[in-house]
Amino acid sequence: MKGFLKLTQIQLKLFLREPAAFFFTLMFPTMLLLLFGAIFGNGNKPIPQLNGYGNVDLLTGGFIGMIIATVGLMSIPVNAAAQREHKILRRLQCSPIRPIVYLASDVFANFITTSAGMILLIILGKLIYNLRLPGDPFGVIVWFVLSAFSFFALGYLLAAIAPTARMAQVVGNILFFPMLFLSGAAIPHQILPEFLKKVSEFIPLTHVIRIIQGFWFEGKWSDYYIEMSVVIGTMFVCLLLAVRLFRWE
Amino acid sequence: MPVIEVNNLRKVYGDITAVKDISFKVESGEIFGIVGPNGAGKTTTIEMMEGIRTPDSGTISILGLHPLKDSKKLRQRVGMQLQQAALPDRLKVWEAFDMFSQFYERFVDAQELLESVQLSEKRNAYFSQLSGGQKQRLFVALALINDPELVFLDELTTGLDPHARRSMWDMISGLRERGKTVVLSTHYMEEAEFLCDRVAIFHKGELLALDSVNNLINELDEDKRVEITLIEAIDTAKLNELETVSEVTRKGVELIVRGSSNRLVVDVVETLANMGAEIRTLRIKEANLEDVFLTKTGSSYRTVNNHSSNAGDTES
Ligand SMILES: Nc1ncnc2c1ncn2[C@@H]1O[C@H](COP(=O)(O)OP(=O)(O)OP(=O)(O)O)[C@@H](O)[C@H]1O
Ligand SMILES: [Mg+2]
Repeated sequence: MKGFLKLTQIQLKLFLREPAAFFFTLMFPTMLLLLFGAIFGNGNKPIPQLNGYGNVDLLTGGFIGMIIATVGLMSIPVNAAAQREHKILRRLQCSPIRPIVYLASDVFANFITTSAGMILLIILGKLIYNLRLPGDPFGVIVWFVLSAFSFFALGYLLAAIAPTARMAQVVGNILFFPMLFLSGAAIPHQILPEFLKKVSEFIPLTHVIRIIQGFWFEGKWSDYYIEMSVVIGTMFVCLLLAVRLFRWE
Repeated sequence: MPVIEVNNLRKVYGDITAVKDISFKVESGEIFGIVGPNGAGKTTTIEMMEGIRTPDSGTISILGLHPLKDSKKLRQRVGMQLQQAALPDRLKVWEAFDMFSQFYERFVDAQELLESVQLSEKRNAYFSQLSGGQKQRLFVALALINDPELVFLDELTTGLDPHARRSMWDMISGLRERGKTVVLSTHYMEEAEFLCDRVAIFHKGELLALDSVNNLINELDEDKRVEITLIEAIDTAKLNELETVSEVTRKGVELIVRGSSNRLVVDVVETLANMGAEIRTLRIKEANLEDVFLTKTGSSYRTVNNHSSNAGDTES
């Protein structure tokens, strides 16, 4: 346990010293929120088609999805693969720490940074645009956690498969950007052409965002069984594969 | 009971047999050296003992335990410095010690360890800011964080300047005094000579020789060799006539005289004195571990010119 806590603490310190990760997890989503808020011009005025919710309310759910995807597809695969490639994991392997404890601390540290990104986004949204808080906070929290874990699992899987950190980064980017644009995280889903809408159904992030936005707007759990299955399914498949393919070197 | 017992150890990579049926024992309190050319199988053997590589066959017992099955228990009691390792770039030196110490039930004061490898003024530096030799010293110190009974050091002084190497030797000698067992690999023969109680010579995955440095050298049965620089060149015919001399090589004012008798030096000097020759320098070469190494591993580059600055030299 003390090994776990120490590792988590160190991972968090390293995160704070990594400008790119720090920026994309904590600053970038908030910047986008400000930017989009300005673009739409009307701040967070209630819109009848959105059940009285505003643009910023809608965007926040998308950006939370984006934070999850940033950590899962950009931070985790590169970090984990680099620690292996640079023989950092081998040095840890010489100590009594077990792989599972190392992994758990890495997951926990990433979860903390992802949550911090979300909380910062919500606080600033609230202060600047009077963001409405989730209609079903419990649903949002539960599915934020599960979605984060499912993207983390995907990230570790990429790290396990990719031969090098460079490769992990390339694959992470290839997955990240289409997901970002097709899932509704960055651009509203409604404006996509029919064909791309169909494609987006195959993207896990679409489902994550749909659930989070749904519960933000007081949606019912029973409306999202498909989305929930996709998130849980992604998590289990990736986790199983990642654990099987994990390598110290 | 020996601290390490290795029997018929074997490891194959594709069509390379990295380690071929190697067996040896390491006794408690011993400093055990492994030398051998690149690719001889030193690292592979050490890492199998450390339980981070899996042997294809053979058995290993470390402190009476199995390196893989009892790895968690063993890692509490064993220290390891790998030939290749790294830490996160932005991890500070003191944080590395702080972190690793939390993984052990028992650990020693990091500040003392840092001082013992002359890194105390770098304690706030990032890992990426350390020089190669400083990183190397960091990893040796880190191998000792849990006050291990047994330490594996794979090329402990590679990349160190002569001063740092000497102080590393002092540190390792200190481990011996505290009753620790050390297994180290090195490419520096004078290091093995200085530190090791016994030395194993590896070559192409095989264990060619294993003995104390003295025994290895004595077994070699080398000729003695006297290297002389004269003030003026002379005719060496008289030296050739000496019974104790087997071979004379001359290059200008430089002579190399070989022979096996203990009278060789006296005879040569006496003869030169009788001829009225004046001697500028005279060096008596004795076989050292490097000669043993080169002979055993059959390296072809062994020439007299390579032997200009060995620790075993006597100079006058
Ligand atoms: N992971 C690996 N995969 C394939 N071959 C390997 C691997 N590790 C070692 N080898 C091969 O096994 C042989 C022994 O390697 P090893 O690293 O044990 O040598 P060494 O004696 O430590 O050499 P050096 O002095 O260069 O460190 C080499 O021929 C090497 O190419
Ligand atoms: Mg080696």
